[in-house]
Amino acid sequence: MIAALSQTTVNLAYLVAAGCFILGIRFLSSPRTARLGNLLSAIGMAVAVAFTLALENVDRYAFVAAAIGIGAVIGAAGARTVRMTAMPQMVALLNGAGGGAAAGVALAEFNRLARLGDLPGDTLTAVLASTVLGGLTLTGSVVAFAKLQELVRGRPIVFPGQRLVNAVVIAAAVGLAIAAGATDETVLLGAAFAAAAVFGILLVLPIGGADMPVVIALLNAFSGLGGVGAGFVLDNNALIVGGALVGASGTLLTLLMAKAMNRSVANVVFGAFGQIEAAGDGRGVDGATVRATTPHDVAVQLSFARKVIIVPGYGMAVAQAQHDIGALADILEERGVEVKYAIHPVAGRMPGHMNVLLAEAQVPYTQLYELERINPEFPQTDLALVIGANDVTNPAARSDRSSPIYGMPILEVDKAASVVVLKRSMSPGFAGIDNELYVDPKTTMLFGDARESVLHLITAMKDN
Amino acid sequence: MTDLPLVLELTILVLAALLGFEVISKVPTMLHTPLMSGANFIHGIVIVGAILVLGTADDSFTKVVGFAALVLATANVVGGWFVTDRMLGMFKRRPEPKRDEADG
Repeated sequence: MIAALSQTTVNLAYLVAAGCFILGIRFLSSPRTARLGNLLSAIGMAVAVAFTLALENVDRYAFVAAAIGIGAVIGAAGARTVRMTAMPQMVALLNGAGGGAAAGVALAEFNRLARLGDLPGDTLTAVLASTVLGGLTLTGSVVAFAKLQELVRGRPIVFPGQRLVNAVVIAAAVGLAIAAGATDETVLLGAAFAAAAVFGILLVLPIGGADMPVVIALLNAFSGLGGVGAGFVLDNNALIVGGALVGASGTLLTLLMAKAMNRSVANVVFGAFGQIEAAGDGRGVDGATVRATTPHDVAVQLSFARKVIIVPGYGMAVAQAQHDIGALADILEERGVEVKYAIHPVAGRMPGHMNVLLAEAQVPYTQLYELERINPEFPQTDLALVIGANDVTNPAARSDRSSPIYGMPILEVDKAASVVVLKRSMSPGFAGIDNELYVDPKTTMLFGDARESVLHLITAMKDN
Repeated sequence: MTDLPLVLELTILVLAALLGFEVISKVPTMLHTPLMSGANFIHGIVIVGAILVLGTADDSFTKVVGFAALVLATANVVGGWFVTDRMLGMFKRRPEPKRDEADG
């Protein structure tokens, strides 16, 4: 029934799969071909799996089928029911699952080889990599999930002596793995995995919710490396190539994200933002008043505008206002207003978060503009509508050296003719600092839940 | 014992990583979330490793750990693909002028 293929045949199949993966990513370079690319990757995966199942010495089919069945149900159920706004945490969770799988594979294979007394010396690094990285990715991703899902405090959780504890734990994990390699004792490797898992929790816990985009990308890179390690342990080309691709993607995105925040990766991971905040609170805006406005007044402003730039942020995601914003934009466009969206690279909780939400709201992606392209247009804009974005619009980043966000490239919303900010209340954004934009004379604040505010705006516009 | 397999594997790794960087850097910023999700899906290739481990398992430790690994890997694969597909399905160009749709 199931064929008995040789390793050579299967390796050729892995080559095909690798090619499919690489082409799949290549097709991700344009929205038109992107979906095809995803399909191609799936084909590669299917080929790799099918041929592996048919490999001559694989035969515990009952177990395999059961495990695949359970995993498929969990994966499908999760992926199909999750809301778009919860995408970042879903990706984080799946990433953790992959990392855990890599560690499990390494553990099991190590055990098998150790019992046979056949552990090749050169697999030590690979085993170390996959077990330790896989372990920390598993728990780190779960913590990231919890933070984004707001099950855990989004603010950094810091305790004294933290760096020392972290260093000790990770050293223990690595040391145990090395010891396991030296003594062929699976128990030690299991302990290394446990230590790595603890480290994963400690690593991600102090990082604030708004830094999660970088962390998720970093965990992606780690799990990719874990996969590579597992590939070396098993002498499996598909794992090596797949893991390398994921590792490259995660690394690249991590560096891009960090650059967009003008902080180094080390600063994001180990800086525990709260500590930096203590160093300088930036110029306060206490004493200056903000001007509140009403939907009616904003609607009037909008009806006189010829060019409007919408600046979405995490607040829009939380309020699930993307559909209503799209509807508002449609109304504006029907009246001949030019509407563009300014997307800051770290707006939201994941790279491209705003793009995905707006795409869900059927906003054509041609209307979404990156920071470098949209900034020069703010001076010619009549009205900038900021919805749920805070730190990415704060002019203090340009001018205030004592500000924690100093140096971060921002959207130059303050150069527009007038600014309307949709915000729940005056509570500070993640950086915990006041936003100078709010007290600028040309800025008015529309307080309330973003979604409700937009709905009121739409009603007011229709009345005009 | 020959080092050839190790060197070969390292070669594959380096080439794959370089090729990966090349291809990934061509993905525009607006598609970074599907990229992360898609790359995540590719990481599900560990399912192959899990199948190998569980499919040839002889002792209970391997069976238990292998089973867990396979469940996790499958969730990664299936979940990852559906999430990426959902995301990509939403990216639309400016809609062409409607031809004979009822609500045109």
